Amino acid sequence: MNAAAKMTAAPAERGTLLRVDGLTKWYGHVLGCRDVSFEMRPGEVLGIVGESGSGKTTLLNCISGRLAPSSGSIAFDTSRFGMADIYALSEPDRRRMQREDWGFVHQNPRDGLRMRVSGGANVAEPMMNLGSRHYGRMRQATIDWLERVELDTRRIDDRPANFSGGMQQRIQVARNLIHEPRLVFMDEPTGGLDVSVQARLLDLLRELVRDLSLAVIIVTHDMAVARLMADRLMVMKGGQVVETGLTDQVLDDPQHPYTQILVSSVLQI
Amino acid sequence: MSVQTGSNNAPESALGRYYNYAYLDEQTKRMIRRAILKALAIPGYQVPFGSREMPVPYGWGTGGIQLTAAIIGPDDVYKCIDQGADDTTNAVSIRQFFAKVADVETTEDTGAATIIQSRHRVPEKPLKAGQVMVLQVPQPEPLRYLEPRETETRAMHAYEEYGLQYVSLYESVSRFGRIASGANHPVMVEERYLMAPSPIPKFDNPKLGYSEAIYLLGAGREKRIYAVPPYTRVRSLDFEDHPFEVQTWEESCALCGAKDAYLDEVVLDDQGAKMFVCSDSHHCAERRAAGHAGPMAGHQLDQTEKEAAQ
Repeated sequence: MNAAAKMTAAPAERGTLLRVDGLTKWYGHVLGCRDVSFEMRPGEVLGIVGESGSGKTTLLNCISGRLAPSSGSIAFDTSRFGMADIYALSEPDRRRMQREDWGFVHQNPRDGLRMRVSGGANVAEPMMNLGSRHYGRMRQATIDWLERVELDTRRIDDRPANFSGGMQQRIQVARNLIHEPRLVFMDEPTGGLDVSVQARLLDLLRELVRDLSLAVIIVTHDMAVARLMADRLMVMKGGQVVETGLTDQVLDDPQHPYTQILVSSVLQI
Repeated sequence: MSVQTGSNNAPESALGRYYNYAYLDEQTKRMIRRAILKALAIPGYQVPFGSREMPVPYGWGTGGIQLTAAIIGPDDVYKCIDQGADDTTNAVSIRQFFAKVADVETTEDTGAATIIQSRHRVPEKPLKAGQVMVLQVPQPEPLRYLEPRETETRAMHAYEEYGLQYVSLYESVSRFGRIASGANHPVMVEERYLMAPSPIPKFDNPKLGYSEAIYLLGAGREKRIYAVPPYTRVRSLDFEDHPFEVQTWEESCALCGAKDAYLDEVVLDDQGAKMFVCSDSHHCAERRAAGHAGPMAGHQLDQTEKEAAQ
């Protein structure tokens, strides 16, 4: 919300925001992801690409505290507890940290929105979760955010089901950014949308991410989305990270055979 | 109050009875009493209990009947109301049930009763120490509408994550311009547990706080018991810029003239004629007996009620 203040504050706290070390997840004897390690700094956008079943979503769920890993650690620079292993925090502390510091944009907006309450209430909910008890202020913040995600503010009280898929995704984005999180997870945020809506949503996301200097981990199988959004890329195959590097570097000069196939499979018109 | 009164103290006349004293078997009553004690120890916390099949369907007050059965003793005086009235079908049936299975004296007099079972209302007359208010609850979980998962709502209670409940208030204000809930308005008990006060009108919410009497709430189908002990802080949820308010009426009771009671609107004909009357029938009758009269005192409805009372 206060983009200017956040941007000036950002350089001072240029530490490590997130450190993932040796993350492994087994589903019984089936591998989810194996030995993933990386670091992220504030304001960085990390793309995780790979084919279906390569462990992208498993990795994202582990990092976002929604799925306990089999081994390895995830340390996050929390605003309340400092640098802390998120699975070492007590459950109420972890849930609070997730509410305060994180956002999660689901592929299907129905997973991320409460379909029984209005779009406006969906956007305002994180503020209420963080203790805001003033209707007028929340209402104003909601309207501001609907404007920012380019939605018609007159439709603030419509149910999510009455919005189109692209609009629902915008509501979800607003809902996940209104509380000024430090890290946002996005799981195929443009997955179910047609290309023109996809392009506009991507454009909006990119603008917001830059304005708020958000750190984002974005999971996608769409190379174009990765190219547009991500600073850095991790390429996954069979649960393992096969290649990592700057986005342009990975896409323009892929080293691993799988990455080469991935990049060459992108359809050209 | 007769929580300690078990079957051992039951009168001789009860020995030949077909049913166990107060219908439930002794082990069940002990189990429910344990749940009640736990509920009183943790105000507002929903204690799970092994709800039994009762001789009435779920939704007819099985939670309240089990609570009453567990605490009632032969020297109790029992009152049962439905929508504030003593003479409605459900109230009469449940009152007769306990007169039969527990050999208790029944009454319509709020002041004389030791146990008052109710759905939808708390009597107008302030409750006193020694009285127990038993409320029947259809849905004990105030967060259920917004969060369908029981595992999640339990965690939310455990960690005091009650922000979500305000979403329902937000919806209400955005749609109606005010907190428009009529009944079952959620409350915070001792600033710790969020509680559904059963479908009593929010007019009655303030009566729960710092009351001299015990409030027991039972949900038979959902298998939960919770309680508000005497002198407990109970705060109705609201927004800073939309403070909690109870219903008010421009009219006064047509029969007794009460200005500060909860009024029901009664349609009289198909010409648009209507009247407002106290929902608490005993309160209204008591006032009329004391000489208070409303604008429609002596109306046909007033007469029939008097005849029925005699």
